[in-house]
Amino acid sequence: MNMNGVIHGTALLASSMMLGRCLGALLAQVLGIDADMGGVGFAMVILMLAMTVMRRSALVTPAFETGIGYWAAVYIPIVVAMAATQNVVGAVRGGPVAIAAGGLAVAAGFAAVPLLSGRPTPRGIQGDD
Amino acid sequence: MQFLGAGLGRVLGEEPILTAVVFVAAIMAAAELCARLTGGRVHASAIAIAFGLAASAAAGWACGGTRGVADIDGLGGMALLGGAALRDLAIVATAFSARLDELARAGFRGAIALVLGVVGSFALGALCGYAGGYRDPVDLATIGGGAATYIVGPVTGAALGAGSEVIAIAVAAGLVKAILVMLVTPTVAPWIGLDRPQAALVFGGLLGTTSGVVAGLAATDQRLVPYGALTSTFYTGLGCVLGPSVVISVLRMLG
Repeated sequence: MNMNGVIHGTALLASSMMLGRCLGALLAQVLGIDADMGGVGFAMVILMLAMTVMRRSALVTPAFETGIGYWAAVYIPIVVAMAATQNVVGAVRGGPVAIAAGGLAVAAGFAAVPLLSGRPTPRGIQGDD
Repeated sequence: MQFLGAGLGRVLGEEPILTAVVFVAAIMAAAELCARLTGGRVHASAIAIAFGLAASAAAGWACGGTRGVADIDGLGGMALLGGAALRDLAIVATAFSARLDELARAGFRGAIALVLGVVGSFALGALCGYAGGYRDPVDLATIGGGAATYIVGPVTGAALGAGSEVIAIAVAAGLVKAILVMLVTPTVAPWIGLDRPQAALVFGGLLGTTSGVVAGLAATDQRLVPYGALTSTFYTGLGCVLGPSVVISVLRMLG
């Protein structure tokens, strides 16, 4: 397989990331906060848009997909590394107020998922769901 | 042999990211073995994430420090491999298999979930602070921010001039949330209908802790990761906007 396109895939990922970061920083500046405002989210939408356009124009080669797909595939190991570097001791030492606050927020969040996500739409039927 | 040992020691120290990759691979291999023993009922990545958390708890107790296994000599690279930079790159990369029409269909629900998730977390966290004897609106807003994420808490606290004790509680509350979401999501997922992109978008908006959401979804169904990640990445930003402005004003009015 010709793997020349790999770097173009990774480059698309990198440029989506940079553009998303810029938008996130811009939005944060407009809102006057000292934190990133959804830079990763913007980057994801940009990548989704770019992939949709490129798929339509048949510009996506297997090598190109590998350049992005590799990073998507090492996502789980990265998350495992993230879990292994959490401050678990700090969480437990936070005391009852911290445990109650975090625990209640999680319980309420889980409980609200079915209320907000609606019933699954059967395939082929498009309602105003 | 001695020569090889010295060389290996040098490589472990100087190539922290390679050591980290091998260490994570070992955790995942052990997790896959355990998953087979359960007959495939428990997802290998759920077990791997639980192993990771257990390792970081053990490391924290044994060595002190706040970075889990990354505080062990030779495993400093774990902080790099599990750090925000690589994590964000990998999260964005998962979007390449996500579908734009799913986002368009449930984007509105995701946005509502986002606002409800942030406001609800502030309210519940502030209530817990109140029950714990805190009365100052600044303290309540900070603890409420902690119930949102472990970044919103300290950002809100710093902006309002909260004490370091309260900020520590807020960070701990955010950590409790992230860790619980990582561990509990795969078990709870079938009960709350977390099996399609729409629900994942809502889930990400409601829970918001990006590390918790992406790890929880990874342990549940990898295809749902990009949808949950997408909404959750706006959550911390929104919390940082609302905490020192709207939330503190409301709390001052109530007090």
